[in-house]
Amino acid sequence: MTYRFVVNGDPVEVDVPGMRRLLDVLREDLALTGTKEGCGEGECGACSVLLDGALVDACLVPICQVDGTIVRTVEGLGGERALNDLQAAFLETGGAQCGICTPGMLMAGEALLATGAATNDATIREAIAGNLCRCTGYTKIVEAIALAAGRRRASAGDEPPA
Amino acid sequence: MPVEPPVVSPRTLVEAYSLLAADDYRPVAGGTDLLVEITGELGEPPERVLDIWHLDELRGIRMESNALVLGALTTYAEMRRSPLVAEFLPAFAEAAATIGAAQIQNRATIGGNAIHASPAGDMLPLLLACDAQLVVGGAQGERWVAARDFWPAYRRTALAPTELLLRICIPLATGRHVRYRKVGGRRAQAISKVVMALAWQADDAVDAPWRDVHLALGSVAATPIRAPRTEAVLEGSAPDEPTADRAASTLASEINPIDDVRSSADYRRAVAARVLHRLIREQGGW
Repeated sequence: MTYRFVVNGDPVEVDVPGMRRLLDVLREDLALTGTKEGCGEGECGACSVLLDGALVDACLVPICQVDGTIVRTVEGLGGERALNDLQAAFLETGGAQCGICTPGMLMAGEALLATGAATNDATIREAIAGNLCRCTGYTKIVEAIALAAGRRRASAGDEPPA
Repeated sequence: MPVEPPVVSPRTLVEAYSLLAADDYRPVAGGTDLLVEITGELGEPPERVLDIWHLDELRGIRMESNALVLGALTTYAEMRRSPLVAEFLPAFAEAAATIGAAQIQNRATIGGNAIHASPAGDMLPLLLACDAQLVVGGAQGERWVAARDFWPAYRRTALAPTELLLRICIPLATGRHVRYRKVGGRRAQAISKVVMALAWQADDAVDAPWRDVHLALGSVAATPIRAPRTEAVLEGSAPDEPTADRAASTLASEINPIDDVRSSADYRRAVAARVLHRLIREQGGW
C-alpha cells in the first residue's frame, strides 16, 4: 500500500505494509534515524514523535494510521545546522548525556511548550513521565525545558499585543 | 523487525462488519496493546488486522438521555480534556490521568481497554462501579451488554468475533459519588497492583448513610470484580470509623489475589483494605 503524509514539512510517500511501525518507516524507509528505538513497547518514550501535534510513541503506531497526517521528528526541531531554543537549552544545562533518550525528551518537551501553558516543575515532570533517561539525568532535563519555556514566554511577551 | 500482518482500513462500520463476517481479524484502535504483540514476544502475533481507527461512528463524547456516552475510540487524552466528563464524571478524567503518560493517553482508547480485558485494565472497575452498558454491534445489529456481564473469564469478553465494541454508556444518577484509586509502582507508566472504584448515593451531610454502594476492583482476581460482601457492610451505613474498619477487614477476606511479577497476594490484600479505609475516612472527614 502507498501511504502519504508530511514529515517535518516535506510531503513523503512510502510503499510499505500497513502494519509497519511508524518508527521503522522513519528509520528504515526514510533514513530519519534521529528517532531512537528503546524498548519497542511504549515504556521508554525514546521513539516519541509528534503526530498531528500529539506526542506518541512511534513504536506503537502502524503506518496505515499515519496516512494523511503531519509528523514531526527531532530532525524537524532545528535543522541540520541549527538548533532550536529547546535543543540549545538542553546543551546549556547539560540535559543531554548518553543521548538515547534525548530525541524523545526533546519531543515531549516540545509538545509541552507548544501548548503555551504555564510550566512548573510538576507540569514538566508530568510531560516527560513517559520518557525514561537511563543516565537518570532528569534534573538537568527538567531545567532545560524550564529554561526554554521561560525564554519563549519572554519573547512572546516582547511582541505587541494582538 | 516485528511481523507485519496484512491490515485493512475500512472507512465505514458497514464495511467493517462485512470484513469481520468473512474472516478472522484482530481489530486495532490506538495500537498500544496490539503493536506490542506484533513483535511476537508475547505469543503468536495476529494473522490479520482490522484497523478501526478511521471509523468516525466510534468517536465522540456526548450526553444521551441521562447517560454519558463515550465512543469506543475515545482516548484518555480526550477524556481528560472533555468538559462533559469533567462536569458529570470527574472520576473518569482522574482515572485517565493515571494511565501511562502523554504518549499512551494520546492513543489508548477506553474501548481498547475494555476489549483487551486485562484483569489490570485501569478503567474497568469504574465501568463496573457505575453500572456502565457496553454497546456492541455486528452485521445483525446492536446489543447492550452490562459491564457486570462483559468480562466472563480471564481475558475474555462477551463480544463475538464478528462484533465490534461501539460505545460505552454510563448512566448518570443524581446524588451519586464516585471515587477512584490506582496503586502502581510509580505514578506514570505503571500497570496497577490494585485499582479500585467506589460509587454510592448519599445526601450531602458527612454522616448521611450510603445507599446503592458499588465497590469494584482490578488486579485482584482473574477479571475485574465487584466486592458484594464489602458493599453489604457499607450499605445503609455512614462513613464513620467503625464502618471503615469493618469494610476494610471484610474486603481483605473477600478478595483472593495472586502473587505475580507486579505484586504479592498479601500486599494486594493489605493495600486494597487500606485504600478503601482511606476513601471512607476522607468522606467521613474524621
